Amino acid sequence: MADFDQLIADHIPRLRRYARALVRDVHAADDLVQDCLERAWSRQHLYDSSQTMRPWLFSILHNIYANAARQYHRTPPLVPLNQVDETIDAQQETDLTLRDLQRSLALLANEHREVLLLVGLEQLSYKETAEVLNIPLGTVMSRLTRARDKLRDLMHNQPAPHIRRVK
Amino acid sequence: MTEQDRPITEQELHAYVDGQLDATRLTEVEAFLAQHPEAAQKVKEYQAYNQGLHALFDSTLQEAVPEILAGKPQVRKKAVPYLQVAAVVAALAVGSVFGWVFRGNMETSAPSTLAMVNDAFASHVVYTPEVAHPVEVTVDREQHLVTWLSKRLKTDVRAPALKTIGYELLGGRLLSSEGEPAAQFMYENAKGQRLTLFVRHKKTAESQTAFRYASQDNVQGFYWIDGNLGYALIGEVDKEVISNAAHVVYQELNR
Repeated sequence: MADFDQLIADHIPRLRRYARALVRDVHAADDLVQDCLERAWSRQHLYDSSQTMRPWLFSILHNIYANAARQYHRTPPLVPLNQVDETIDAQQETDLTLRDLQRSLALLANEHREVLLLVGLEQLSYKETAEVLNIPLGTVMSRLTRARDKLRDLMHNQPAPHIRRVK
Repeated sequence: MTEQDRPITEQELHAYVDGQLDATRLTEVEAFLAQHPEAAQKVKEYQAYNQGLHALFDSTLQEAVPEILAGKPQVRKKAVPYLQVAAVVAALAVGSVFGWVFRGNMETSAPSTLAMVNDAFASHVVYTPEVAHPVEVTVDREQHLVTWLSKRLKTDVRAPALKTIGYELLGGRLLSSEGEPAAQFMYENAKGQRLTLFVRHKKTAESQTAFRYASQDNVQGFYWIDGNLGYALIGEVDKEVISNAAHVVYQELNR
């Protein structure tokens, strides 16, 4: 079924983006995507072609990750503070904010990070997110709320020297 | 209570951030934010997080997809010493006459080799009678099958072509042998007779061997260690047929 191949191929870049954000390490992320694709191929007969493929693929990826999250986390996410230059221009300030975001993201619980990424990065609907994670819609909303509260908390309480840069 | 009077919920603020707010509530939410600077600030930060996530990770979308993810086979052809091929071919010729073949350097097979052969027989007997799902991944996905099994076994695994002796590949599956991943390829001829090729990593105690013969009830098998892999070819066919097939498998794998 060539359509199935093409559909899968079309989704690979987004699966990679999500996996990269989820596990951070490039190679571990691609391992996760590869595991996801293998499972998708082997379960082709279970794919309901009347449904959109994206939630299906993301749910496969989620389930693999949920079962073996530890094995995909190889690299500690923290950046040593002494690498931060004291004199910074506007571009670097943006970079620092992004770095803060990345670091804060890494400190979230998996269940919060997943919801935040599926909604905020992958722009899945809340309903699709519920489908991917196999949780009720209400749980998606409460996790999303908690995730953003927590993220905001982390962003506002970055250790010096970052704290001065947060507007 | 009219729609306008209904209080704005926190969920609606998130939906606003994510562009998932019901259109009928947009005006109310924006009016609410205009009057509540604290909530407006939060919303602004939430929006910034979404943008920040894109800034951090969108570059992935522009990258070329690695070949292994695009499903292209990772299989490389390996160089083969001709003398070794000749030795095996000769051994097979002898083997088809004397039953079990060339004994290599060992008087008997290592225990782990025997365990492999047992697993290979058991897997053959379990899966070959399956009508609906004899294999996990079918031959129309052959490249994926090979890539997948190669990754699982952490080495190049190939499904040799046996068309010259009338057997078509049906597909394969991932199995376990002594706690390690193993692969099974299944073949079928026009009469519906099936052969399976069982492949798994060589154990450290095992050294290179040529072909050995084993049988359980009316099931025949040849097995051997080649390079870093152990193989067992199993079928409910005459010993000469399986011997000839093992010969072809070996040649194909070393082509």
